[in-house]
Amino acid sequence: MDILFYTWHWAISGFIIGLIMLTLTYFGKTFGMSSNLRTLCTIAGAGKNGNFFDNDWREQKWSLVVVFGAVVGGFFAYHFMSSDTIVSINPRTIENLRTLGIDAPNGKIAPDLIFSFESVKTLKGFCILLFGGFLIGFGTRYAGGCTSGHAISGLSNFQLPSLIAVIGFFIGGLIMAHYILPLIF
Amino acid sequence: MKLLRFFIVGFVFGVVLTKSEAISWYRIYEMFHFQSFHMYGIIGVAVLTGSLGIFIIKKRKIKDYKGLPIKIIPKEKTFVNYIIGGILFGLGWALVGSCPGPIYILLGTGMLSIVVILAGALVGTYVYGIIKDKLPH
Repeated sequence: MDILFYTWHWAISGFIIGLIMLTLTYFGKTFGMSSNLRTLCTIAGAGKNGNFFDNDWREQKWSLVVVFGAVVGGFFAYHFMSSDTIVSINPRTIENLRTLGIDAPNGKIAPDLIFSFESVKTLKGFCILLFGGFLIGFGTRYAGGCTSGHAISGLSNFQLPSLIAVIGFFIGGLIMAHYILPLIF
Repeated sequence: MKLLRFFIVGFVFGVVLTKSEAISWYRIYEMFHFQSFHMYGIIGVAVLTGSLGIFIIKKRKIKDYKGLPIKIIPKEKTFVNYIIGGILFGLGWALVGSCPGPIYILLGTGMLSIVVILAGALVGTYVYGIIKDKLPH
């Protein structure tokens, strides 16, 4: 059973994610994670300020339950199915990161330089996370979906709009990873 | 208990994304530097599995669990919103290493700084909702 504790192979992981999308389709729903952000805005009372949030969030209750399951799944996998061999990335990537002053994984999911409490306490660290989140929220709603809705559901159904969105994801991601991150760190 | 099945789907999703490390900032950075096949493999196999499944659903006219026909609503055929929105999301994805699904999952792993990303994402969604009609789509 050790195999469950190591990094799961991409083929197994991708297959299960594909099945999750198909399962939700079979349940008469669609696989899309960013829509929940809109639902959360609606619950927080955003409906007063624009018809975009004027929807009945109860119809999306199932999706919030998926989110709740994902939180519990993350908790379970991280605390009970983990080993210190996780996130063994390419040594060349670690070398790249070192030149930017970003700490290597060594069994962590994310770098301390960006995610530790000490970093978040600084104005720069706080703004990076807040702005990153803003781009995710604004961008996914503008594009009408994220990795789950466009890259997986949309491409699986050969939707041209999803292909355009995914190309956009990569243009933005490549610009950030290659040109903007070195300016920030 | 109608909602239990959605909890199970979410739970499996959370476990797979954690164990495949798709929730890791490092994996996203590595992907955008083309230094590993890992993330491409995950997305590629998910799309392959998904498209095969959708093909079978359409071909055999498989009904959903209630016996209703499965309808897959086509997305609106516009361009500007997909490309600009996509680029903005891509910038955020590579900056903080998470897309919307992993934001929730990382909360579960106990990473508290994710709360700031989630707050930013909610503000971003809200601002889009407010200025939506003024944006080109």
